[in-house]
Amino acid sequence: MIQVAVFYLFATLVIASAVMTICARNPVHSVLWLILAFFNAAGLFLLIGAEFLAFLLVIVYVGAVAVLFLFVVMMLNVDFAELRAGFSNYWFPVTLLAGLLLFEIIVALVAWDAGGITIAPRAPTPENVSNIEAMGQAIFTRYIFVFEAAGIILLVAMVGAIVLTHRKRGGVRPQNIRKQIRRNPKDAVVNMQPGVGQGVEL
Amino acid sequence: MTAWFQSWLGEGFGYFASTIILILMIALPLMLAVAMVIYVDRKIWAAMALRKGPNVVGPFGLLQSFADGLKVFLQETIIPASANRGLFLLAPIITFTVALMAWAVIPFQEGWVLADINVGLLYLLAVSSLGVYGVIIAGWASNSKYPFYSALRAAAQMVSYEVSIGFILIPIILFAGTFSLSGIVLGQQGHIFGAINAYGLNPLLFPMAVIFLIASLAETARAPFDLTEAESELVAGYQTEYSSMSFALFWLGEYANVLLMCAMNAILFWGGWLPPIDWAPLYYVPGIFWLFAKILLFFFIFSWVKATVPRFRYDQLMRLGWKVFLPISLFWVFLVSGYIMLRNDGLLPW
Repeated sequence: MIQVAVFYLFATLVIASAVMTICARNPVHSVLWLILAFFNAAGLFLLIGAEFLAFLLVIVYVGAVAVLFLFVVMMLNVDFAELRAGFSNYWFPVTLLAGLLLFEIIVALVAWDAGGITIAPRAPTPENVSNIEAMGQAIFTRYIFVFEAAGIILLVAMVGAIVLTHRKRGGVRPQNIRKQIRRNPKDAVVNMQPGVGQGVEL
Repeated sequence: MTAWFQSWLGEGFGYFASTIILILMIALPLMLAVAMVIYVDRKIWAAMALRKGPNVVGPFGLLQSFADGLKVFLQETIIPASANRGLFLLAPIITFTVALMAWAVIPFQEGWVLADINVGLLYLLAVSSLGVYGVIIAGWASNSKYPFYSALRAAAQMVSYEVSIGFILIPIILFAGTFSLSGIVLGQQGHIFGAINAYGLNPLLFPMAVIFLIASLAETARAPFDLTEAESELVAGYQTEYSSMSFALFWLGEYANVLLMCAMNAILFWGGWLPPIDWAPLYYVPGIFWLFAKILLFFFIFSWVKATVPRFRYDQLMRLGWKVFLPISLFWVFLVSGYIMLRNDGLLPW
């Protein structure tokens, strides 16, 4: 009973905040609604007993990805009225695309109604094995190559991002902490007794 | 207690009622503890600066925090004209709520935990990653320069240190074999020569304990990493435009977070509710006292650092997070998992 109520609460909030993400006029509000949607989706994961996925969703998407989104959106000064000005010029291709997506949804529903594709049944997760352990056993045995390929793709993306944004600037004098620590008074201070009117030569 | 409520309210509502009462049993003492800990912080800080600190309200100034609380409660809440009203008020609420949420999985004694979930550590990571939203939203919604700078600093700082905190936790999880906080505490019983209840004294984990302590200072934006509210540069940082209760919520949330980080240090590395030495007479002291003693010890260290260490420069903060802590903790993940693999295969003599 409570589960059903909570499911409808989360599901309604996911859909409502997804709609608000699109409709909000202010881009920062959009991102915040998106975060609420992520959060409620994590709640849905919890309800089906996938607590590991739920917390991963919160840690990765809410805790890191959305923060960076918010970071970027807050600093951009986007005038949405200007962006929307020429909107009606594109009605034909956009309608075509929307029709295509609608067709896809209908086809998917029909296929699902007709019985869908039968997937070979997998061995069920044994009792008293926690979510994380079951996931680890699947990832590090059956899907190990896919998992490692995903890691390599992420590495390539990271290297690509660094190469694209890194620029060498001349004339900067970064702090060299090792050099600072090695320095002692003997290298830095010289005691002198200049005569009157003579000054010091460095 | 849950069973007793369920006996006369039915399965679902009994659970609901007992959970709400348990939440209040954690949240109200926590608020009291936060008020007292603010007083302790000010006293320690004053003593290290050879001052007296709060000593007027109540005996030894013990009631100072309550007087301050009453004062801000009676003040007017000022909302700047150009602020984004809804988000401006939402931000302190988020900070405060998130600071309380994390306490749901903290075990105070064996079996004394609101939600003994088997992914407790992940829950803590998830909740602590939400803490940054209060600050970012406050900075942006104030529609003012300094709070916005502060919000950007906070976002970068918390995200950077969360990465290395995540890696620091992995060796602990590998040693304990579980994500559950109670399981981690129980795994520390007699960890060193069957006598000392602490992961932190394990030579493989001691460096991680030190790095975790420093990273938790950075994660809670305490001195020397309090660049988000560096008064010489940013007035009061993201709180500049806040007044009365909305400011007090930030303040309470911040100290609740500090206490949480102290509790995490105690639970993950120094044996949680277990006495420091695995010796039978020490177990007559209830575990909750050991946990409180450890939390207070860490809080003293936090205050001590605040009173003595000068503030970092922002680029030094980023360097420490990304170029020092991240490589070391990443390397330690390999080291510890390698050690555990060899040990489990019986290839090591000890």
